[in-house]
Amino acid sequence: MALQAIAFYLLAAVTIVSAFCVVSARNPVHSVLFLILSFFSAAGLFVLLGAEFLAMLLVVVYVGAVAVLFLFVVMMLDVDFTSLRQGFAQYMPLGAVVAGILAFEMVAVSATVASKGAAAANVDPQAAIGQLSNTETIGQVLYTHYAYFFQASGLVLLVAMIGAITLTLRHKPGVRRQVIADQVARTPETGMRITDLKPGQGISE
Amino acid sequence: MGANSFWTTPVGWTLLTLGEIMLVILPLLVALAFFMLADRKIWAGVQMRKGPNVVGPFGLLQSFADLLKFILKEIIVPDGADKFVFLLAPVLTFSLAMVGWAVIPFAPGWVVANINVGILYLLAMSSLGVYGVIMGGWASNSKYPFLGSLRSAAQMVSYEVSIGFVIITVILLTGTMSLSGIIEHQAGGFWNWNVFGGGHGLNNLALSVVMIPMAVIFFISALAETNRPPFDLPEAESELVAGHLVEYSSSPYLLFMIGELVSIVLMCAMISILFFGGWQAPVDFSFVHQWGPIAQGFYGLFWFSLKICFFFFMFAMVKAVVPRYRYDQLMRLGWKVFLPITGIAVLLVAGWKVYWLVAA
Repeated sequence: MALQAIAFYLLAAVTIVSAFCVVSARNPVHSVLFLILSFFSAAGLFVLLGAEFLAMLLVVVYVGAVAVLFLFVVMMLDVDFTSLRQGFAQYMPLGAVVAGILAFEMVAVSATVASKGAAAANVDPQAAIGQLSNTETIGQVLYTHYAYFFQASGLVLLVAMIGAITLTLRHKPGVRRQVIADQVARTPETGMRITDLKPGQGISE
Repeated sequence: MGANSFWTTPVGWTLLTLGEIMLVILPLLVALAFFMLADRKIWAGVQMRKGPNVVGPFGLLQSFADLLKFILKEIIVPDGADKFVFLLAPVLTFSLAMVGWAVIPFAPGWVVANINVGILYLLAMSSLGVYGVIMGGWASNSKYPFLGSLRSAAQMVSYEVSIGFVIITVILLTGTMSLSGIIEHQAGGFWNWNVFGGGHGLNNLALSVVMIPMAVIFFISALAETNRPPFDLPEAESELVAGHLVEYSSSPYLLFMIGELVSIVLMCAMISILFFGGWQAPVDFSFVHQWGPIAQGFYGLFWFSLKICFFFFMFAMVKAVVPRYRYDQLMRLGWKVFLPITGIAVLLVAGWKVYWLVAA
């Protein structure tokens, strides 16, 4: 359909251009904003593919939470980015080689998938899903067929989280903390002291 | 069938959808003018003032006068501001608040886009609302707006988590993520609403022990998510002057204000859809079923608007009655109180669904 073609080319162009701008923008905050635009257009591409659940998750998780944290950090950083760009010419050849290999591998993988993989075996992948919506299909794959792998990946994430917390946790002595229960439990007897002051005297503890 | 085939061609479909969008946005914007006035009137009433009462009878035209004033003033962009982002932020806030209404069903079948992940779409759009505040605060290149935007980022990310968990309990109960599906599941009378367990008959009534607190938590999180008092820390005028709004003037400021108000009304609509049956009447009168579809549509719209107005009244009363939270209290409430409670509630609802509804 013509509308879908227009939407696809528009979204794909925005995704690629904004992804390019992420690396070329001078201001790091602009980079993150372009990254968000790129995520958002990629979510639009998911919708066009009929994977609306994945699209919404991409927006909720990556745009709504992860990119907010990126932005949070980048806004607070006071990094001199001109000094970071000093060695650009020096690292350029190595970076170009890595980028070239990556691009070659991506083309090779997609060519193989197109000729021999699932895409070639099943011309219309949506047909196999049948009556189930893609939310239900993802649920079945994730929580029924691969439940143990799902649990294991959850454990890996938990370990990573605990590791990050233990690395940064410091107990400073002498920090006054607010304990809500203590505040609620205060009574006039514990919270105040009535002293009879004689004229000309102060209070000494 | 000539007319019918035209509406299915790309051009006709685009025109039709644009017309539907206009049908939603124009009455919404007019209603907003009166929501704004109601907010100020209720606030004034609690403080025993009269509120706006000069422009028009009872001050009914006050919002339109404000609109004219906002539009006719000069737009001032600060010298060191990032001009593009500075002007993009209010536009983003406004449009993100508006696009959420695309999936809201106003009455049986009255919805612009009936997508089957509608509730996730709403969650996504409300989580994007934080960008307007962050971008506005950063682009102003000024201390108070920057502090306000940092606060807002932390606050909205925290309360999204508990909103997500509350939404999961509703999805578990109804078994669908489509907003129309969620509303149809609550048909039949107020005892079938999700806030009372969302079961047919009295089967699920015991679940209201879990679902009533969920509705309350959703309401409070909605306050935090829309930067309303008592969680208006990003624009706390006693500490940060006006937070991210300090450098804004004229129509950009107007767009920010309208955007925030639209997302507040959107949150009211979400509460009534998720927990209070959306356009379902509290008692299912049988004579309504004999009406034509258009009459039934307006009947549904009436109940839906009534519920939205009720929750907006609650929003306004909270603003007038409750003092502002301190920042650490806000974080404590979000992470240490709401997150565990909603997590346990998800477990309880899931367990109920598996061991009571399926086993029975």
